[in-house]
Amino acid sequence: MINQIQLVLKPGVRDNKAERIIREAKNYLKIDTGKVKSTRLFNINYDLSRDQVKEFAEKGLRDSIINDYYINSLFKDKMYNSYVLVAKLPGVTDDEGISAQKTLADLFDLDIDVKRQHIFSQELYLFEKKLAKVTLYELADKLLGNKLINHFEYGEIPENILYIPEVKIKEHTTGETIDLNVSDGELMNISKERLLSLNLAEMQAIKGHFESEDVIADRIKKGISKAITDCELEVLAQTWSEHCKHKEFGALINYRNEETGEELEIDSLFKTYIKGSTDKVIQRFEAVGNNWLKLVFTDNAGVVQIDDERVFVWKVETHNSPSAIDPYGGAITGILGNNRDPLGTGIGGAQLLFNTNVLCFGPPDYDKPLLPGQLHPRRIFEGVRKGIEDGGNKSGIPTINGSIIFDERYSGKPLVYCGTGGVMPMKYGEKVSWSKDIDPGDLIIMAGGRVGKDGIHGATFSSAEIDENSPQSAVQIGSPITQKLLSDYMQEAVLLGLIKCSTDNGAGGLSSSIGELAEIPGGAEVHLEKVPLKYANLMPWEIYISESQERMTFVVEEKHYPALLKLADEREVELSRVGIFTDSGFIEVKYSDIPVAFLDIDFLHNGYPRKLMEAVWKKPDLSEPEIAEDINHNEIILELLSNWNICSRESVIRQYDHEVKGKTVIKPLMGSTGRAPQDAAVIRLDFESWKGIAVSNGISPKYGDIDAYQMSAGAFDEAIRQIISIGGQLPDPESKDIIFWSVNDNFCVPDSFYDAKTNPDGKMKLAKLVQMNQALYNMATYYNIPMTSGKDSMKNDFKSGDTKISVPPTILYSMTALISDIRKTVTSDFKSADDLIYQIGETYDELGASEYYKHMGYLGKNVPQVRMEKAKEIYKKVMEANNKGLISSSHDMSDGGLAVCLAECLLGSNLGAEISMNNKELSGAALLYSESHSRFVVSIDPENKGTFEAIMGESATYIGKVTDRAKLEISINGNELINLSSDMLEQYWSKTLREI
Amino acid sequence: MIGKQEMKKVKSLVVTGYGINCERELAAAYKLAGSEAQIVHLNDVFLGKVKITDFDILNFPGGFSFGDDLGSGKVLANKMKYKRMADGELFYNVILEFIEAGKFVFGICNGFQFLVKMGLLPNVGNEHAQEVTLTLNDSGKFEDRWVYCKTNPELVTPFLKGIGKIALPVRHGEGKLIIKDEQIVKAIKDKKLNCLSYTDSEGNITAEYPLNPNGSDLDCAGMCDETGQVFGLMPHPEAFLSIYNHPDWGRMKRLHPELADDGEGLKIFKNIVEHIKER
Repeated sequence: MINQIQLVLKPGVRDNKAERIIREAKNYLKIDTGKVKSTRLFNINYDLSRDQVKEFAEKGLRDSIINDYYINSLFKDKMYNSYVLVAKLPGVTDDEGISAQKTLADLFDLDIDVKRQHIFSQELYLFEKKLAKVTLYELADKLLGNKLINHFEYGEIPENILYIPEVKIKEHTTGETIDLNVSDGELMNISKERLLSLNLAEMQAIKGHFESEDVIADRIKKGISKAITDCELEVLAQTWSEHCKHKEFGALINYRNEETGEELEIDSLFKTYIKGSTDKVIQRFEAVGNNWLKLVFTDNAGVVQIDDERVFVWKVETHNSPSAIDPYGGAITGILGNNRDPLGTGIGGAQLLFNTNVLCFGPPDYDKPLLPGQLHPRRIFEGVRKGIEDGGNKSGIPTINGSIIFDERYSGKPLVYCGTGGVMPMKYGEKVSWSKDIDPGDLIIMAGGRVGKDGIHGATFSSAEIDENSPQSAVQIGSPITQKLLSDYMQEAVLLGLIKCSTDNGAGGLSSSIGELAEIPGGAEVHLEKVPLKYANLMPWEIYISESQERMTFVVEEKHYPALLKLADEREVELSRVGIFTDSGFIEVKYSDIPVAFLDIDFLHNGYPRKLMEAVWKKPDLSEPEIAEDINHNEIILELLSNWNICSRESVIRQYDHEVKGKTVIKPLMGSTGRAPQDAAVIRLDFESWKGIAVSNGISPKYGDIDAYQMSAGAFDEAIRQIISIGGQLPDPESKDIIFWSVNDNFCVPDSFYDAKTNPDGKMKLAKLVQMNQALYNMATYYNIPMTSGKDSMKNDFKSGDTKISVPPTILYSMTALISDIRKTVTSDFKSADDLIYQIGETYDELGASEYYKHMGYLGKNVPQVRMEKAKEIYKKVMEANNKGLISSSHDMSDGGLAVCLAECLLGSNLGAEISMNNKELSGAALLYSESHSRFVVSIDPENKGTFEAIMGESATYIGKVTDRAKLEISINGNELINLSSDMLEQYWSKTLREI
Repeated sequence: MIGKQEMKKVKSLVVTGYGINCERELAAAYKLAGSEAQIVHLNDVFLGKVKITDFDILNFPGGFSFGDDLGSGKVLANKMKYKRMADGELFYNVILEFIEAGKFVFGICNGFQFLVKMGLLPNVGNEHAQEVTLTLNDSGKFEDRWVYCKTNPELVTPFLKGIGKIALPVRHGEGKLIIKDEQIVKAIKDKKLNCLSYTDSEGNITAEYPLNPNGSDLDCAGMCDETGQVFGLMPHPEAFLSIYNHPDWGRMKRLHPELADDGEGLKIFKNIVEHIKER
């Protein structure tokens, strides 16, 4: 019999959840719910006696101080007249239910299979108002849950509410074969119907391969069908997906610049620019015998050397498409999935040190009608934020920095960049930690969560545009606790030498992880019936490509397996032995000895036809606006401070734990009021030394509306200057000292494959991508700052009917650098009255795409230019001044220019600034708001004036003093343009996001 | 070696596993405070591989044990209360004996939450029944922010000796202390068990948000039992071992370059280690 326990807050206990629902229903949905009561249900599908149920409710579930409980009869109160039940759909992760089972097992000392679901947790909301069904559904789907993962019941309150989300799948065969001996049109139909995202050339390549006599002979020998199996076709689609193979970054591109007449044939953007620049940087360091770049591009994350004992592992990924349809699930699986990258690099088991997140959303006040399938940007924002909160906080990994960008073009598909840095010892035993040795005979071990239909077709899905019929199985819900147990266990096992190497199960699931690992020994044999399932009757191909979360694949020597299994048992982690590596040259997949796939490894990884793409650049016809000089700068700066892209992120930042582990030295917000926004984050490596790591983000898609090259170069510069600002040192190929820099590049662009009908400006979009890559190459090789890993996401378009919302071409540079002594780092807030304020770097008339122009309604033409030679000179001087400890505060200038930068330096203090500048060449607006790159505002102790000025020379201009007046006062050429209290600045800066 | 008496070694056990995640900085705190510190998976304690009786201080770090499903610390509290160890003994009884033997139990954040839910704090009725709870902050949000606290002028626990005022980070979504009834409120106050309170920057106890970040009854940030041996608090002293943890370290160092590198949180660990050494 099914028993139901309901937990209700006792009278008088504050119901925060209900308060939030009342507020948000009113503000966002214009629904008056009246009073609300939130309650929890636990449906127990496990045989218990009446006494046991009562004892379980009393001791196991309720908090006796705040909860009343009801067994098999619901809480009743005449005040409430309608209800919504929010349950999980069958097969959706239910951590509360699983935890309740564990408590049940502990309480009665029961031997329950706690990994199968017997207890289902649900939320039941009661509303005072008698709301219409349609209104209740709106509340359910838009506020309380998401129809893609939740089952809803609603209406007038009935006697009983009992829903058990059981997965029911009919028994079936082990698979089918597919006849590819069909017309091209039919081939494309197969690709579409099975959601394979394979194009015609790819389908033809597969058809051709399976027609070859050698292949047929091999297959007959193996006793597998001549025709391709469903499993094989699915595996090829996963492996050849844009997500896994980066076909567009590997494409042959014809590039024509109509502005200069330049024509170029580019043999892979990745090889030419990304790997090309890193190779050059590696050569320069190796020339002096300084080999700190240990592993680039080939594994899940890049590896660089910290010192003789340790290496740093760094990866930034994107999780855009899943976040568009289920923001919470998309973001949490994004960050947990990205955690598994450093965790599964080399041998694996890195200690994860920090997370970082960069998010691009539509503005929260978006007021256009929503397209079918499109979620409101505010909802995406809140869901993603919550996903990052839970993903990071519950894993005990501090979210130490990030960035949020708002632009209407992200309102179809948001961008969700998740980054994680970790540390591994240089060696585990005798082996370097980043090695990946696999021999035939090594076992394939799957560890962590069980497999269900979750995320099937995730890899191909993210390579496709989203539409209103996107498959429900594309949604996955993360379980941070499952992953925490798994990662703790793995870190222990690696130190005991039980794991030979590892990788994570992300896109493509086992098919990808085993497929990639099998390249090393040259083959693998997999037995899918050994894979533990969440529920019965999955098809073999589904088991193989499922993207159920929180799973790692380990390579284990037979002799270590018993010890590994024993430890897993003690740590409550599920292991399964799913196969063995071979050197057969094939991936052989079986289900209870029935062959379901037999694929040549070389064909699997290299058999796809190369893409050819066209890129044409035409210079946009732009001009500078004419704006009258009589501007009220007090108003402008307040409006800039409160705009979406500049305003305080405090309400978001506070909900991320940014200091668990006790090592965060420069947090996102600092200063005496804890409000001053910082540049790069800094985290210590341990408690014994002062070594640390600086982390920065460079991203500025808006400049791409004028010039994609300068946008990419500018983002690169922004990331560098943030690290220089906090006291970082540039890498130096002349020196043998290790000052590593490790960068992940993440390109997120709209579909750039030209099609006369569906993508007429594809060539221009691709040209922008080429230019972004050229900037990357030029900056990386000039500064000797290498890419070590990265990602490209190529189809960031939201489509509904004939409407398409495409993201602007976006590049994020996520930089990390070694800091030799964190005590010498510098924060952004002014420290003391009478300190002298300098502007470092030069301002140009570069208001194009600035926040100021946007505010005035213009785009402009003069986009900020990166002048890398000049910039490097400046950075070297700042480095010298910091080495001598001369700088008290430093903040880099970006959105909003000098004026916003000065205001931000005051926000963390109770101080003021009195600024006076003389400049007849530039307008006041340009001086105050131009966003020219490579500039800083610094303050210094007056005692250091002589030494500081001698080092900086013409690179620093004295502009004023820190005061104790708590006011920002700026005059130019003797005219006071700004006079505002620090309080007022703070109020405007803080209100925007706090109010949504 | 002339007459150098061997110093007593203080041994701290820091448990981990099941979603606990502040074990490393907590172990580091004890090492910096001059104690030995061992991080041990709770299941190894249940299996009898490690005996808590070999230690002087049993520490429950912060984190999200079992994801805080069913309420913060609840599932782990249940596990400790009801789970039988490999030798058939209830782990809970072992803890009670440990306290009975005059040893110390310390819980931070999630650790405090399950000390409370296990009935070890404040235990005014001496029956180890749950008397208070820690639940959802009034703000309804998880928050990471620095707060000021001050100690009860009449101190029961050696952990807080000489602290007076202290700045510490809080990082929790469920830190609001709710006390069961007026009787228990009175007992807590009479026995001075509310040993740490949220204050403003001047040191005045306050209920004002966000100075009191969660809306706790009695503005209480930390609590001990009558023996002073069991102590729990919501803020994280192990996250303030170095001055460079403080959000305003830049200004503090600029204005007072002579300031030591130690953080104020370290004092709590030094206190208890000294206390045990001197016994």
